[in-house]
Parts: sequence; structure tokens; C-alpha cells
Amino acid sequence: MTRRTKLAAALVFLGILHALAIFAGFLAPYPYAEQHREFPYSPPTPIHSSRLQFFVHGRLFGVPEPGVVFLLGSDAYGRDVFSRLLYGGRVSLFTGLLAALLSLGLGLALGTLAGFYGGWLDRLLMRGGELVMALPWLYLLLAVRAFLPLHITTVAAFFLLVVVIGSVGWVRPARLIRGVVLSARERGFVLAARGFGASDAYLIRRHILPLTLGVVLTQATVLIPQYILAEVALSFLGLGVSEPVPSWGNMLAEAQQYHALVAHGWMLAPGLAMIPVLLGYLLLADTLIAPARRAR
Amino acid sequence: MRYIGRRLLHGLLLLVAVSLLSFVFADLAPGDYFSQFLTDPTVSPETVAALRAHSGLDRPFPVRYAAWVASVLRGDFGYSLAFNSPVGPLLWTRVRATLLLTGTATLLAWLIALPLGIWNATVRGTWCDSLSQLLLSFLLSIPDLLLAIVFLMLAVETGYFPAGGMVSPGWSSLSAPRRVCDVAWHLALPVAVLVLGMLPILVRHVRASMAEAIDSPFALSARAQGIPRRRLLFRHLLPAAANPLVSLAGVSLGTLLSASLLIEVVMGWPGLGPLFLEAIMARDFALVLAVVMLSASFLVIGNLLADILLYRLDPRIRIK
Repeated sequence: MTRRTKLAAALVFLGILHALAIFAGFLAPYPYAEQHREFPYSPPTPIHSSRLQFFVHGRLFGVPEPGVVFLLGSDAYGRDVFSRLLYGGRVSLFTGLLAALLSLGLGLALGTLAGFYGGWLDRLLMRGGELVMALPWLYLLLAVRAFLPLHITTVAAFFLLVVVIGSVGWVRPARLIRGVVLSARERGFVLAARGFGASDAYLIRRHILPLTLGVVLTQATVLIPQYILAEVALSFLGLGVSEPVPSWGNMLAEAQQYHALVAHGWMLAPGLAMIPVLLGYLLLADTLIAPARRAR
Repeated sequence: MRYIGRRLLHGLLLLVAVSLLSFVFADLAPGDYFSQFLTDPTVSPETVAALRAHSGLDRPFPVRYAAWVASVLRGDFGYSLAFNSPVGPLLWTRVRATLLLTGTATLLAWLIALPLGIWNATVRGTWCDSLSQLLLSFLLSIPDLLLAIVFLMLAVETGYFPAGGMVSPGWSSLSAPRRVCDVAWHLALPVAVLVLGMLPILVRHVRASMAEAIDSPFALSARAQGIPRRRLLFRHLLPAAANPLVSLAGVSLGTLLSASLLIEVVMGWPGLGPLFLEAIMARDFALVLAVVMLSASFLVIGNLLADILLYRLDPRIRIK
């Protein structure tokens, strides 16, 4: 496979996975909080025995009323695990994306400033970065989260997660971007533009930032899966998004209980769903990084 | 020597900064250990204020920080309000458990990763290599959390392994060799999860730096001189490829205390992770601070050791 097809394959694959989460409202047969109390922990419904109907009630598929369809079984309250998996993907995948966006934004701003202007600003930012790096990231995440109120609304919790995860992780991208900017500052065409009287803002926008694109892209593919895992870990530990709104983390917390382990294997679905997502990002990162290594 | 002295000073300054930052953070945080009593109608706000005054939480920020630094210098990490015991002994047993778990796992992971990575680098481009790369990528994509839960599930279902914990009930009455066996038996699953989690990353790094060494001109000339393959690999190429690996080992030494938080929580291992989580939930600041300082000093020490080792191993750094 050439690099282009690999890249395209990874992008399409990830696009499909994210689309599944985005269109959860259409693809999932039930709302995420709908309970069927008479069917707790029911095993996955075999497709052939259920009378599936397509395009009912504005959803892709469903079954007529007294019947139920649980493609991946149901949980303790009789909620459809498949539906919750799709809705949970919204929280988990988009926390990762948004937090990575925040981290990269911070890293780009601080790294460019530090690299371009140097001096005390550079020293301050890099020493500050070392401070953040001196702490194990999960501990840091938990500590930052701990200093914020524990019980908050779901929307607030989502944005809090994004901000906490994103602001803890700016150091690595900032250091890498600073390195690129440091070398870019001395490149011939940048010096020439400066000689013609270009302003700092113009230099950064026109000549420096485009050079950081490669680092930013590869960092994004590395950071996003890491942040998805961070969201899952925090929600798993009860510090993230809380019931009844599903996230892959708080769904896995249920699967960890003893009886779920013994008899309800389908509760592990959110954990398994993470594998293709992480694999997709890994493939993307590998394809992006590989030629850079060969060129060196 | 001056190089090492400078690194040491740097590490110490970093630790001071970490402690200061944690204090500032805790000061900004809403509530403390005693806030939970305020929700109880039978406890008057005056009582809570008195309790706060008793544990010295009402003093101004610089006074508290100075008192904390003074007691740390005496080797005393303060008093845990939530566990109602001094922090020192509370931490000590937990640190031992975590170090046993992560130390074993890290050692085992490196022992597997080194030969595997070297072998991978020598067979680059063959289907063997592609297959093992594929397997490792797949392994890398399995979250530790899922692995831990699945292993726990297998343990419960088969009964071959204990479902969590570090020792069986009645452990203290066993004879010494039986005790060791019992702990090893409990250690097996969490260590397996940790090793499987670390392995792909380590193998990738070993493979990449070995591949670079194999492709270098000196390797070609050494081979042309007829140096046997094994000697070439381990005496000539491995030292040349060791630099990034030593740094990586230093980092993994530094994360010994913190790498296993989730796995400890899932598998019920009585280590530092669950303790830290409880301390955070209870807003037990002395304990949180002690754990943070401990893991930060581990990272500093790990990096310092890696720096010293690199300095000894690589003449290129000494010249700089």
C-alpha cells in the first residue's frame, strides 16, 4: 500500500466511527436513558428471531411495541447497551477531539511565543512546562479535577473534562512546536522577509506557522487517542460524566461489578469499541510519522 | 561532576516548585476535609471552625507552607485527617505494594522487549516483522482498562487466579515460602496487564533505535571486517542504540509509582492509586500532597539516574 491509500483508509475508517457517534440519534433504536425495567441484563437479541422494521419513529430500525431489540444486550435498568454505546461515543470521542484541539491551540500559541521571542518568556514557559511534566499525568489530572466541585451538571462536566484534560497536556506539543519555530526563525527566507521590514505578526502568520503544520498534525493523532483514554479513565473513576448520560468510561464502571463479570459479558462492549478507534488513530499516526523518519 | 551537580540542583528546585504549586492549587480549591461536616445539620459551623483551627487549617497561606516545609525536612509528612493516622506509615505500606507490582512489571517488560525489539530490527522487511508489527499495533490499541477487566473476568470464571487483592485471607498465618508464593500468585494478573500495556511501546522504541544503528555505516564496515553476528549486535550495535533507550528507562523508572493507578483500582491491589483516589474524594490535603510529592520525586530521580547513566555511557555528552 502506498502512503496515500493508507492515509485515506485510516481517515475514512475514523470518519465512519465518528459518524456512528454523531448520528447516534438516528442509528440507535432507543434513547440513551430509556429503561425497560422488565428486561434487566437481557442477553443480545438474535437478529433472525426479532421482527426488525426499518425507518420507524425516525430511527434506522426498531421492533413493534411489546417486543424489544437489544443488539448488545441490556444493562441493570434494561437500557439498550448498543444505543448507549453510540451515545456514549459522542461524549468519549468528542472529549478527545476537543481536548486535543485545546491542547494544540495552547501549545501552538505558547510554543510559538517562546520560540519566536526567546528570552525570559521562553525560559518561563519551558520551566513551567517542566513543572507540569514532573507530575505523572493521571495524578495531575485527578488532582486538578479534585480541586473542582464534584457534583455538576452533565454539560458542565463535559466541558470541564475537555478543559482539564486539554490544559494539562499542552506541554509536549508546546515544546515540539518551540523547537520547530526556533529553527524556522533562522531560515533564510524568514531573515530575508525580516530584512524587508515584515512585522512579527506577519512573519509568524505567513512564514512560521505553516512550518509547524507537520508537528501539529502528528501531535493531534497522538494526543486524541490519549485524551479519549483519559476521559474514559476519569469517567470510570466517577470523576467525569455521570449517569444517566453514558460515556464509555462510566459504562465500563458498571461492567466491572462482580456479577457483570461472571454472567454479563456484553457489558464490556464500550471497552471493545475503543479498540478500532485507537487502532485507526494509531494507523494515522504511523503513516504520518513514517516518511519523516525516513527522510532524516 | 559539575554536570551532575547542576542536574541535582535543577531537580530540587523543581520539587520545591511542585510543592508550592500544589499548595496554591489547594488554597484555591473550594472546601477542605471539614466542609463535609457543614452539610450535617447537627454540627454547628462554630464546631467546624474550631476543628479547622485545631488542625491549623485557618492559618494564612505562607505560615502553613512554612510549617509543612519544616516538618518535611524533619521527615514528617503530616497527619491524614481522613484516615486519622500519620501520613508516613500509611504511605509506606502502599508504596511497597505499588513498587512490587510496577517494579516486577517494568523489569519483565524490558526483559521481553529488548530481545524482541532487536530481533524485529534484524528481520525488518520480512513477513515475520510485518506480522509482529501488526500484533504489537493491535496490542497497543487495547486499553489497559479493558485488559484489566477481561483478565479479572477470566480469573473469576476459571478460578485459577485470585480475583483481586494482594494476599489471601489468613496470609499472616502461612509459612514464609508459602507467603511469597501467595503474593506471587496474586501478582500474576496485574503484572500481566501492565506488561502487555508497556510492551508494544518499548518494543517500538528498541526496534527503531536498533534499526538506525544497523543502517549506520560503521555497522556495515564492522560486518565487512567479519565480526560475528551476535557480537556485532550486542557489543557494537546495542551500545550505539542505547541512548534513547536509557532515557526511556529513566522515564519508566520515574513512572513506577503512578503507571498502575487504574489497574490497581480495578484489580483491588492495595497500592498508592486507590489511596490517592480516596484522599482526593475526602479532600485530605496532607495525603494528596504527600503522594504528589512522592511521585514527582520519583520522576526527578528517574530522570537524574538516566542522565548520570548517559553521561557515563556516552562520551559525546561529556564533550558538550
